[in-house]
Amino acid sequence: MAEIALNARHDPEAAAATRRYFWNRFLIYAVLTLFAVIYLAPMLVVVFNSLREQSEIARNGLISVPRSFRLDAWAQAWGTYCVSGTCEGMKRNFFNSLWMTIPATVISTLLGAMNGYVLSKWRFKGSEILFNLMLLGVFMPGQISLMPWAFLLGKLGLTNSTYGLVLIHVVQGISFTTLFCRNFYVSIPDDLIKAARIDGAGFWRIFRKIILPLSPPILIVTVIWQFTGIWNEYLFGVVFTSGQQQPITAALVALTAGGTTARAYDVMSAAVLIGALPPLLIYLFGGKYFVRGLTQGAIK
Amino acid sequence: MSTRDVTVPVVAPATPWRQRLGTMVPILVLAPSLAASFIYVFVFTLWTLYLSLSNSSLMPTYGFVGLDNYASLWANRRWNIAYTNLFLFSGFYIVGSMAIGLLLAILIDQRVRGEAVWRTIFLYPLAVSFIVTGTVWSWLYNPVDGIQAFVRGVGWTDFSFALTANRNTAIYAVIITGIWQSSGFAMALFLAGLRSVDPDLVKAAQIDGASVSRTYLKVILPTIAPIFLAVAVIQIQFAIKTFDLVAALTRGGPGVSTTFPAIYVYDLMFQRGQIGEGAAAAMMMLAALAVVLVPYSLWIVWRRRAEGSNG
Repeated sequence: MAEIALNARHDPEAAAATRRYFWNRFLIYAVLTLFAVIYLAPMLVVVFNSLREQSEIARNGLISVPRSFRLDAWAQAWGTYCVSGTCEGMKRNFFNSLWMTIPATVISTLLGAMNGYVLSKWRFKGSEILFNLMLLGVFMPGQISLMPWAFLLGKLGLTNSTYGLVLIHVVQGISFTTLFCRNFYVSIPDDLIKAARIDGAGFWRIFRKIILPLSPPILIVTVIWQFTGIWNEYLFGVVFTSGQQQPITAALVALTAGGTTARAYDVMSAAVLIGALPPLLIYLFGGKYFVRGLTQGAIK
Repeated sequence: MSTRDVTVPVVAPATPWRQRLGTMVPILVLAPSLAASFIYVFVFTLWTLYLSLSNSSLMPTYGFVGLDNYASLWANRRWNIAYTNLFLFSGFYIVGSMAIGLLLAILIDQRVRGEAVWRTIFLYPLAVSFIVTGTVWSWLYNPVDGIQAFVRGVGWTDFSFALTANRNTAIYAVIITGIWQSSGFAMALFLAGLRSVDPDLVKAAQIDGASVSRTYLKVILPTIAPIFLAVAVIQIQFAIKTFDLVAALTRGGPGVSTTFPAIYVYDLMFQRGQIGEGAAAAMMMLAALAVVLVPYSLWIVWRRRAEGSNG
C-alpha cells in the first residue's frame, strides 16, 4: 500500500495503470465467483436438504439456511425407504449399478486397449476401413438399437438382468475405448515395436512389456469415461429392467416421480446424492488426468 | 536312421503353421469386437429401418407398409412439437454453453490463482448424470418450494419464476439446465485450445500494442476456430440424443410441451405399442445426426489431407 501511495505521488500514470490492473483482477475474480456460486448452489442445496428435518423443509422451502441437523434421511434413502411397494431404499439399485458398471468398464477397456494396439501397431490391409466402421458406433443414438436389443436380450434370456445391461454397455463402449486407445498408441514410436520384434518378441509379449506399461494415461481416461457414462446411463436401464433389477438412475426417477402426497425432500435428496456420488468421487480423484487426456486425444 | 530323420518332418510343417497362426493373432483379437460393432451399427440400424417400414404395433411384425409410419409421424402434432423443441433447444443450448464456456475459459486463462479449483467447480456437473441434474433442478423450478419461494421469502413478494409450470416456458427450463450441465465441458475444451496457441504469436500482438480484448478477437480466437466447430458438433449430438434430462426434469410436460424426439421414440415403442412409428422416429433422429456429422467428418478428412500435403 505504501509503495503504491509513493508511486502515485511521483508518477500519476503508473498509479492509473496499477488501479486499472487492480480493477481488472477484481472483475475477473468477481465473475468467476459468481459462476462458481451458480455451479455449486444446486448441489449445496441438495446436501443441506439431505441433512435437515423434513418438517423444516416443508416450512422454509428447499432453499434456506439449515437450522437442524440429522442423518436419518441418509439411512432411510439407503435402506428402508419405500418405492413402488418394496421398502429397501436405494441399496439394491446402488449395487445393481455397481455390478453393472465395474464389469462393463473393465471388459470394454481391455477390449479397447487390445483393439487399439492392433489398429495402431499391427495394421493390415483394410484395417483403417475397419477402424472407421467401428467408429460409427460412437455416433449411434441408443433409440436405434432399442428394439433389436429387446429381441436379442429376450433370445439370450437376459431380459431384466444386470448381465444384459453389461452386454449392451460393452458393445456400445467398444467404439469409444478403441478410439481413445488407438489414437493414444499411434503416438508410441513404431521403432520401439520393430526393435522388440527383431529381438524375437511376439504379439502378446510386446503388448505386455511395452504397450501396457505406457498405457496408464489413456487407460485412466478410458476408465473414467466408461465408468461415469455407464453409471449415469438411463435409457437402457429403464427400458430393459424393472423394479429390483433397475440401476440407480432408473430407480431415482421412479422414486422422485412418486404420487401426489407431500414429497419427502430430505430422503429424496439423500437418494439423489447416493446416485451421484460414485462418478463424482471418480471425477474428483481422476479429473485432472481426464481433462489432460481428453484434450490430448479426443479433439485432434 | 538318425534322429534327424524323425525330427525334420515334425518341425518343418509346424513352423509355417505357427507363423501363419502368429500373423492371424491380431485379426483374431480384433474379430469379436468387429463382429459386435458390425451387428450393433449395421444390423441393428437396418433392423430398425425395416421395422419403421413395417406394420409393427405392440410386437415387431414384418408386414411391409412402405412409408406409412413416416407419413403418420409427420402428421402428428406431438412429433412436430418435439422437432420444434429440438431446434429451439439445440440453438439456445449450443450458443449459451459455448458463450459461457468461452467466457470462463478466457477468465481462467488470465493466470488466475487456484486455476485447478475453478476448473473443478465448473466441470463437475459433467460427472453428474442428467437424471440427478434434472431431478435437482425440477425441485428448484418448483414454484412452491424452489427459487421462486426463496426470492419471495427474501422480500421480493411478487417475484415470479415458474418456468416448468407453464407450457410456453417449460422448454427454457430444459435449456437453462442443459447449459448449466455442459458449459463446463465447453470451458475445458476452449481452455485446452487457448493453451495450445503459439505464445510467440500472442507476444507479437502485445508488442504491437494490441489490447487484451483485441489480441483475443484478432489473434487467439481465430486460431482456435476448429475447436468452436468441434464443441458445436459434440453439443448438437448431445441435443439430438437428449432423453434423460427431460425424463427427469419435466417428463415431457406440462402436456406435451417439452416432448423431444428421443422421448417420443420411447413413448411410442414402450408406452403406446406403436413400434413401427417409433422406429420411424428413431430413424429421423439418426438422419438428424447424419446431417450434422457427415459434413463434419468430410471436413475433418479434407483438413487432414490439406495439412498433410502442406507439411
